[in-house]
Amino acid sequence: MIPAEFDYLAPDTVADAVAALAADEDAKVLAGGQSLIPVLRLRLSYPTQLVDLRKVQELRGVRDDGDALVIGAMTRHSDVVADPLVQQHAALVAAATATVADPAVRHRGTFGGALAHADPAGDLAAVALALDAELVAEGPGGRRSIAAADFFQDYLQTALSPDELLVEVRIPKLEGTWSVHYEKFNRVAQAWAIVGVATAVRREGGSIAEARVGLTNMGSTPVRATAVEAALRGVPAEAGAIAEAAQHAAEGTTPPDDLGGKADYRQHLARVLTRRAVATAAGV
Amino acid sequence: MTEQMDAGLVAEQIAATPGALSEPADGQEMGRGRRRKEDPKLLTGQTNWTDNITLPGLLHMAVLRSPMAHAKVLSVDVSAALEVPGVIAAYSGADLADVMGATLPCAWPVTPDMVSPPHTPLAVDTVRYVGDGVAVVVARDRYTAADALEAIAVEYEQLPAVVDMEEALKEGSPLVHESAGTNRTFLFDFPGAGADYAETVAAAGDDAVVVKRRFVQQRLLPTPMEPRAVVVAPIAAADDYTVYSATQIPHILRVMLALTTGIPEHKIRVIAPDVGGGFGCKLNVYAEEVLCLVVAKKLGRPVKWTESRSEHYQATVHGRDQVQDIEIAARKDGTLLGLKVELLADMGAYLQLVTPGVPILGAFMFPAIYKMAAYHFTCTGVFTTKTPTDAYRGAGRPEATFAIERIMDELAHELGRDPMELRKQNWIRHEEFPYDMVAGLTYDSGNYEAATAKAEEMFDLDGLRREQAERRARKDPVQLGIGISTFTEMCGLAPSRVLGSLSYGAGGWEAAQIRMLPTGKVEVTSGATPHGQGHHTAWSQIVADALGVPFEDVEVTTGDTDSSPKGMDTYGSRSLVVGGVAIHKATGKVLEKAKRIAAHLLEANEADVEFDKGAFSVKGSPEASMTIQEVALATFAAHNLPDGMEPTLDSDYVYDPENFSYPHGTHLCAVEIDTETGFTTIRKYVCVDDIGKIVNPVIVEGQVHGGLAQGIAQALYEEAVYDDDGNLTTGTLVDYLVPAAPDLPHFETGRTETPATSNPLGVKGVGEAGTIASTPAVMNAVVDALRPFGVRDVRMPATPERVWRAIHGSDAERAAAGTIAYGGASTSTTAATQEQM
Repeated sequence: MIPAEFDYLAPDTVADAVAALAADEDAKVLAGGQSLIPVLRLRLSYPTQLVDLRKVQELRGVRDDGDALVIGAMTRHSDVVADPLVQQHAALVAAATATVADPAVRHRGTFGGALAHADPAGDLAAVALALDAELVAEGPGGRRSIAAADFFQDYLQTALSPDELLVEVRIPKLEGTWSVHYEKFNRVAQAWAIVGVATAVRREGGSIAEARVGLTNMGSTPVRATAVEAALRGVPAEAGAIAEAAQHAAEGTTPPDDLGGKADYRQHLARVLTRRAVATAAGV
Repeated sequence: MTEQMDAGLVAEQIAATPGALSEPADGQEMGRGRRRKEDPKLLTGQTNWTDNITLPGLLHMAVLRSPMAHAKVLSVDVSAALEVPGVIAAYSGADLADVMGATLPCAWPVTPDMVSPPHTPLAVDTVRYVGDGVAVVVARDRYTAADALEAIAVEYEQLPAVVDMEEALKEGSPLVHESAGTNRTFLFDFPGAGADYAETVAAAGDDAVVVKRRFVQQRLLPTPMEPRAVVVAPIAAADDYTVYSATQIPHILRVMLALTTGIPEHKIRVIAPDVGGGFGCKLNVYAEEVLCLVVAKKLGRPVKWTESRSEHYQATVHGRDQVQDIEIAARKDGTLLGLKVELLADMGAYLQLVTPGVPILGAFMFPAIYKMAAYHFTCTGVFTTKTPTDAYRGAGRPEATFAIERIMDELAHELGRDPMELRKQNWIRHEEFPYDMVAGLTYDSGNYEAATAKAEEMFDLDGLRREQAERRARKDPVQLGIGISTFTEMCGLAPSRVLGSLSYGAGGWEAAQIRMLPTGKVEVTSGATPHGQGHHTAWSQIVADALGVPFEDVEVTTGDTDSSPKGMDTYGSRSLVVGGVAIHKATGKVLEKAKRIAAHLLEANEADVEFDKGAFSVKGSPEASMTIQEVALATFAAHNLPDGMEPTLDSDYVYDPENFSYPHGTHLCAVEIDTETGFTTIRKYVCVDDIGKIVNPVIVEGQVHGGLAQGIAQALYEEAVYDDDGNLTTGTLVDYLVPAAPDLPHFETGRTETPATSNPLGVKGVGEAGTIASTPAVMNAVVDALRPFGVRDVRMPATPERVWRAIHGSDAERAAAGTIAYGGASTSTTAATQEQM
């Protein structure tokens, strides 16, 4: 990698990191580097300074906070996947994270880094959206919590201001009997999703009481398939009803039209994959 | 990975490979599954890659590349780059015009009138592809060099891009090379060695069935693990230059650097250190090799250039890129009459070392294993404003094999025949070898029946056909397709006389030297230059058998024009078939001399001396014997040699093959297609390759696996895409999808062994077989799965979207994509009705 020259800082605390960002508006945060390094390599970005978070211990790890699970922003994907709390209370996060790229990327890349990068083709944003995650940012003025629905603003754009750091992500525990599935469609295992569908389904008896559906790569931000969620509410947990509800999956989406697939194909995939994801989650 | 990657672990893993530790019953090395001598070094990071080389005072070169596909270069101003601290020099094309040579070499003028415009290492007045070099910076470190590139100011006047071959050939198309007056590089016309195609079809009258298709060989990006790198170390006082390059062809490079730059050949030493893959893309003479040399000469200091992966995708040759119009004619009973092939071959912007020759190599392979009376081949080379194409694993043969194997399936469908039965009806039977082919080659040996029988048994063809019928009957959303490829190819480039007749600029021999050391150890040098194949292991096995010495006692040296001065290098699956045979022949000369000495020392008649397992003995008196090591020591001391005999025990052999070799095999592939998404999964892949005698089954297995992966990649994954402005839109590994282990099936491999009769080892070559055979096997399976939807072709790679549209698109859309029907040129009809169309 032959990037342009930059200064490098590896602070030990969030406070020092935030101070460094506040002092230099052209500084960039280096988390796992799985998106930033390629950008630097191609000289698509010329940051003056990299603020490397690898030494900030308080950003790592998963903790149980009562009604929510809190995942530190610098928790590596491989640690997220293996974490027993995540497996117990946020199985959808574990399922989606396990599909991220390849083992090398999962051992470097971080949960917070992936979300803060806000690539709509990334697998975790749709999951955060579907689970109503709260993204906690810290800046010079202190901490604030941003709902996932407000966090992802546009392609690679988030509600974070340049001097704010994503420090942790609060994922509300799902109450009741939920089951989850992440359905990812890509051409080779390590590639970005062409389309992905994150689902969580709560069954009551033979019916679907409640469903969450988030879509990966179906617009400039992750998309919540609210029409599908509404259509699934209270329907029998059967193939036919699920298929009918899944027909709404592409409503309101504006997927990219590129080498990975034309928009109409992606919309078709969203319907098929939503049906499969919900059916799998619902055990149908 | 937490385990220590040590040699012991590696050895265990290799030992776990099926068949790896097979041991021939006769105790011979030939056929023994030896662990590769090369691997401990490769796997423990003790490798000497070119980019690892560092020298006192080393400078780093970076190349400024054109961001435009086609433009006039109005001015290049390097002055600001020279101001960057740490920059030693910066040059435009004009600055180097008097030293960099008038053109990079193209060694293969395939026709006497081929248009071969000059190709300067840096563009001087016009850039012709995105990535064409415009200027260089030389700095104290690589980072500074890259920074300084951004300070160079270039003024371009944009010219229209020429991207599509058919558009390029139209009257009034913008010209890639204005001075050439045409984008047509050459028209190669080869009427075959048989009857006239049109007359043959006409003579069959109503009995002739003709099937036409257009197949597109998409452009591919060779992706060796190690990108290219060059280091040039001058000794200014002696005017000597050592060129290290990640190249497949140090010997050819040396000649070509001398011819290009005017630096005398004997003043240039070329070293290919450890080279991390090539697949043909390092079979070339590149601008950066010349530039490093002339810049190092100018500055009197060593200069290094290493490309990034993104740079590699722009600046290193691409592969394939042909449009194939193919027509096959048969009698209604399935007997083939003939084949007509019209190719358009995309040269890219310039002719690299063998660019025009690649499609011409294919000319001899279209008839494949089938008997037919007539064959006609034409190929039009076309300039476009894209990265030049050149050899890529298989080089012309994969394209030809794809076309014939695909159209055999189409013909079978047209005739309502089973595709395997149609093949069996038309292939050369084993008792018919040697066989003179309609394309002019003589196939020395083969047994297509045996390989096919074994493959069918391993594959359970009948069972899968039954399952396919069931899935079709119940309209299962997952459809099954079965694809066949009964391929052959030509290896062992090549008899020098044949290359001469094809106007290639060099010969096809290979050189070997054997030196027995005083202590009985053996040094071997070979002109074949490995870049991952395992030459050192295989050559050691050949020598160990021939001289009766332990495998461990043989040391092989390659890739340095000082220590292995003669060679034609490694490409085209030639190393074993030509270079390995040269080694074998060189051992013969050693034995001949050793026997005379042994006879002298044993005081016996030479005719009475026998050699077996490393020892000479006298017939009838077994106590009178001496080992070859003892003979070697005696030649070193030289106290008592026959009169007039030179001391030392060594030999030098240059082998020029008498014929190509023709590996063949039968590959069977079953795919499952998810008709809702278009996703193709390879469910089963069986290949039975007949590559003649095998030196090392572990190396063979590796070559087959890698080859299959690369061929499957063309069928399903890889495609270099250019936009209308001539920008490569798949310029990184994010967009150019190279499959990895999770994407590929378990390969079920088998072998039959029909020795080549054209060389004393009976070997045929295996470097490209998997790549050549697998692409049509997969695509025949994809099309077979989609037949119920009226589909008769899918463009490669068969992406999920393409497959989905082939199934679900409107008829107009499907016709436009070529999946269900073709315009004018491509129809299936009898000759009689064809007249009326």
